[in-house]
Amino acid sequence: MKNRENYRKERIDRCIKARSDDIYALSSYKEMWYLIFPRVVPIIGIAILAYFLPLYWKKVVITTCIVAMLAVSWDFLSSCGLLSLGQALFFGIGSYTAGCLNHYFHVPIYLTIPIATICGGFISTILLLPVIRLRGIYFAMVTLILPLMLARGIEATHIFGGNEGITGLSPFPNVWVELTFIIAGMWAALFALRRFISSDYGLIFVSIRDNDRATMASGINIYSFKAQALFIGSSICAFCGAFMTHSYMFTGIPVFTMEFSILPIAASAIGGIGTLAGPLLGAFILVPLSEILREFGTLRVVFYGLVLVVCVVALPEGIFHYLSRKYNEMERWVRLE
Amino acid sequence: MAILEIKGVTKSFGGVKAVDDVSVKVEKNTLLGIIGPNGSGKTTLVNIITGFIKPDKGSVLFKGKELIGLPPYTITNLGIGRAFQMVKPFFHLPAFKNLIVPLSSRRVRSTSGGGYGDKDAIALDILEEVGFERDSSVPYKTASVLPHGYLKRLELARLISLKSEIFILDELFSGISIAELTSILPIIEKILFEGNTVIMIEHRLKELFRVANKVIVLNFGKKIKEGAPKDILEDEEVKKAYLGVEV
Repeated sequence: MKNRENYRKERIDRCIKARSDDIYALSSYKEMWYLIFPRVVPIIGIAILAYFLPLYWKKVVITTCIVAMLAVSWDFLSSCGLLSLGQALFFGIGSYTAGCLNHYFHVPIYLTIPIATICGGFISTILLLPVIRLRGIYFAMVTLILPLMLARGIEATHIFGGNEGITGLSPFPNVWVELTFIIAGMWAALFALRRFISSDYGLIFVSIRDNDRATMASGINIYSFKAQALFIGSSICAFCGAFMTHSYMFTGIPVFTMEFSILPIAASAIGGIGTLAGPLLGAFILVPLSEILREFGTLRVVFYGLVLVVCVVALPEGIFHYLSRKYNEMERWVRLE
Repeated sequence: MAILEIKGVTKSFGGVKAVDDVSVKVEKNTLLGIIGPNGSGKTTLVNIITGFIKPDKGSVLFKGKELIGLPPYTITNLGIGRAFQMVKPFFHLPAFKNLIVPLSSRRVRSTSGGGYGDKDAIALDILEEVGFERDSSVPYKTASVLPHGYLKRLELARLISLKSEIFILDELFSGISIAELTSILPIIEKILFEGNTVIMIEHRLKELFRVANKVIVLNFGKKIKEGAPKDILEDEEVKKAYLGVEV
């Protein structure tokens, strides 16, 4: 082997990546397949898995999809410079909106979910509007506290069923509808957000994260854009909340638990922050893993934690970043001049 | 009539008076230089004009319109563009995509007749104007890998893309080589030639005095001298402030 001292490792785009970047991707099936493959395989894979698994695992897939959507929404918010520790807030508001509409006003299920999605996003945005000027950890702290406050508030005032919550809500017709609905919702959210964030309009959101002062000095009203980002992000979470309410036929204080805030962040950290697809991948690793580890009983958390640590230490950039690099780029040794 | 009028602006941070009762008039289509030792309040003054800091006292009038109390983005949309001393590009974005953000501002959309047209093409045109070679890969590179000189040019390009009427350049020449500097100076001269107004904060006095019409000197937040460049150079008080001669 050649003397590596005079060589350096260079990473360059694969030829096919360069070819399929443009309209020329349509010139051959090979290029098209190169583009379609990483998108189609997960879509078909998850669909097949979901429909042929036993009922218990179908429910696991549903939970996974919900966590995945929360994670995608978290990643979107963080891409816009809004570090949120309170996905549970958006989730809970969506859940309670759907639950109350269904229970008190007998609104049918096919209306409660869309209404809760929009209203949930709206209420969350209004709630956080006063603190939208805060940055980084200060904004995060407020989002962390709000769901805890709401949960205790409901417990103390006994509104919306208080401690017991609201039970007996209308369920989905059957588990197939439920599965299709959430999987479709998840892919729609992912691909829509990915497209949105790479558009010219979406670039402004990313620029706020990069440097909000420079964005202001570019004549952009960053508070209006942050509010829009908040609405989009929280609407997705509210959709998840409304969906889960009808799936479990129940809404109550547990929807505000920290788990819904922390799991999406863990999934994003493992999957790769800033890619939107990474957090989804992370969720599809973490949630099923936690189910598989149930057999270990009390040791479950130990193994779960071990996997988390190994992932973060071995691939600090995130699994998705690693995979996309391997797929799009090649490495070669070049001689130093 | 003066295009920008600063009247009795004062700002204290705790006990320190960063800017102390500074008044200055900037005529249209002139270049105003602001000089002074470190910590003399030059950047604070710019921050006040552009709305990033609210002053304790005083007023800033742009074409007779009060700017104090307006948020930075509104002031930018009125036509006051500001380049930062510490370059602040959007590091994750390619250089030409950096300009998409100012090109999406209300000011540009209203002056160019709506948000239509190929923003990428406009961005590449403007980048070429400030010295990004069009046929090279430079405009397409991520801002985080660009050398410092190009980032300074990118700041300038942001102001040009905003179609600013007043260009506020905060130490644009700091940290760049003489060769870079001599290629950026003509861009500033061109900005002036097109009828715009420039306010420059600068430590490179020789280059500044070549282009400036008027210079003000700040020391400990106070304006100690105002006048044409050649008068400034000979002023005793200015020499003391710069060289630290005992009074």
